[in-house]
Amino acid sequence: MYHFIIFLSTTFFIAGWWQTNPGLEESKQRGKLVYEDFCVTCHRSNGTGFGKNYPPLANSDFLLNKRKESIYAVKYGLQGEITVNGTVYNKKMEPLGLSDEEVADVMNYIYFSWGNTTSEMVTVQEVTNIKK
Amino acid sequence: MVTKFYALIMMTLLTLCKQKDPNPPKTNPAEVDYEWVIQEVNIPWGMAVLPDGSLLYTEKEGIIYHISNGKKTEVGRPENLYYRGQGGLLDICLHPDFEKNNKVYFTMSRQPEGEKGGNTALFSAEFDGKIIQNYQLLYQATPLTTAGHHFGSRVAFDKKGYLYFTIGDRGERDLNPQDVTRDGGKVYRLHDDGSVPTDNPFKGNDGKPTAVFSYGHRNLQGMFVHPDTDEVWTNEHGPKGGDEINIIKKGANYGWPVITYGKEYSGLTITEETSRPGMEQPLYYWIPSIAPSGMCFVDAKVYPDWKGNVLVGSLVFEYLERLELKNNKVVARHKLFENMGRVRNVLTAPDGTIYVAIENKGILKIKPQKK
Repeated sequence: MYHFIIFLSTTFFIAGWWQTNPGLEESKQRGKLVYEDFCVTCHRSNGTGFGKNYPPLANSDFLLNKRKESIYAVKYGLQGEITVNGTVYNKKMEPLGLSDEEVADVMNYIYFSWGNTTSEMVTVQEVTNIKK
Repeated sequence: MVTKFYALIMMTLLTLCKQKDPNPPKTNPAEVDYEWVIQEVNIPWGMAVLPDGSLLYTEKEGIIYHISNGKKTEVGRPENLYYRGQGGLLDICLHPDFEKNNKVYFTMSRQPEGEKGGNTALFSAEFDGKIIQNYQLLYQATPLTTAGHHFGSRVAFDKKGYLYFTIGDRGERDLNPQDVTRDGGKVYRLHDDGSVPTDNPFKGNDGKPTAVFSYGHRNLQGMFVHPDTDEVWTNEHGPKGGDEINIIKKGANYGWPVITYGKEYSGLTITEETSRPGMEQPLYYWIPSIAPSGMCFVDAKVYPDWKGNVLVGSLVFEYLERLELKNNKVVARHKLFENMGRVRNVLTAPDGTIYVAIENKGILKIKPQKK
């Protein structure tokens, strides 16, 4: 009985989570391909970043607390000083030339990988709404 | 105790996983004397020094600039640029008879009108000192894809007047580099008008010779023609480790991805093989990767202390690498211009002066050394 309750609650939990983020798995899968094409050389395959110029994406406070700025950076590029987990980075990131769909997908891959998580997945509409 | 033991195992594993550099470059204690040519740049990809000593350079975002007496003027903006990921306006060089015909050649990632995706293209054009015009498409690689990486590219002439350029594998390593009938992962050779030399090594499906000159490459972003031997030297990015310098031989296979000294970005093995009969070994390979871009051969008349040296830009470690060679073997490595930014390109001008292009920093020239 005990196991059954655990099983049920887990199932409901997962089902509930799925419902709030429909299509997340598919988006993440597409996003992984975008990540491996555009991001991996600098931010590395497990999101650790590299050296003093390429900040981490795994457990990054910037990413988790500054969602709008993060999406903006992936959509339009980034310039100027930012602080990630207490370390100051000042390296220009060029615009990547991604479509809004690709930005949403890669953000979902980043937001739900390497121990990262957030309550709501990034939608294409959310990306479209972020303007220069 | 258990935690300590676990930590010890993890440390050991981490140490084993980390790519060790068996021959790390030395930091050069002596400062190198230089002066800025221009200090406002974004991603300065290609450079060409004109007979009057002024400079043409390409910005990756799609603009060709002319720099004369420290003044920067836009002189060209090629159409149909596919500006995505590593794609953009790439290398530029002059025709050997530039003084007579004003001809320049450049490569860029291009998205033909009304189509989806892009691939690397080669153009010729004319520069009269004021504006670049009469653009002519000489080569368009196919197929077009939306992959954002591995476009190459560099372009250069040898002394016999052949035009060489490079295209990366376009992210299709299992399809392109080892198939000589497909574009990507190749060094190409053409005549200056874009026609294919009849003695090029490979034939296409129509039985006619193609532009392909060598194959089995990953992503080539450095090239020079050796001033003494007239051989084409290239460098290319490996994956994680395994960046290479190669001397290009007609029809030769450089092995990617069948043999490599690199691993996947994740650390997984691509192949155990580092050599195979019928495949060329690199003149040099880097572990870990420095992410090489740009390469030139030093003119000892101007820099006698660096006689026979080769210079290579490092994007990821942000310095200019000076390699000492003996009988085509690297015997020492040195770091120059550390902590200034990603070194995108390095070029020996016709008068021997070395130009160095650093991203988001500027273009500088190194002052001649005393004899």
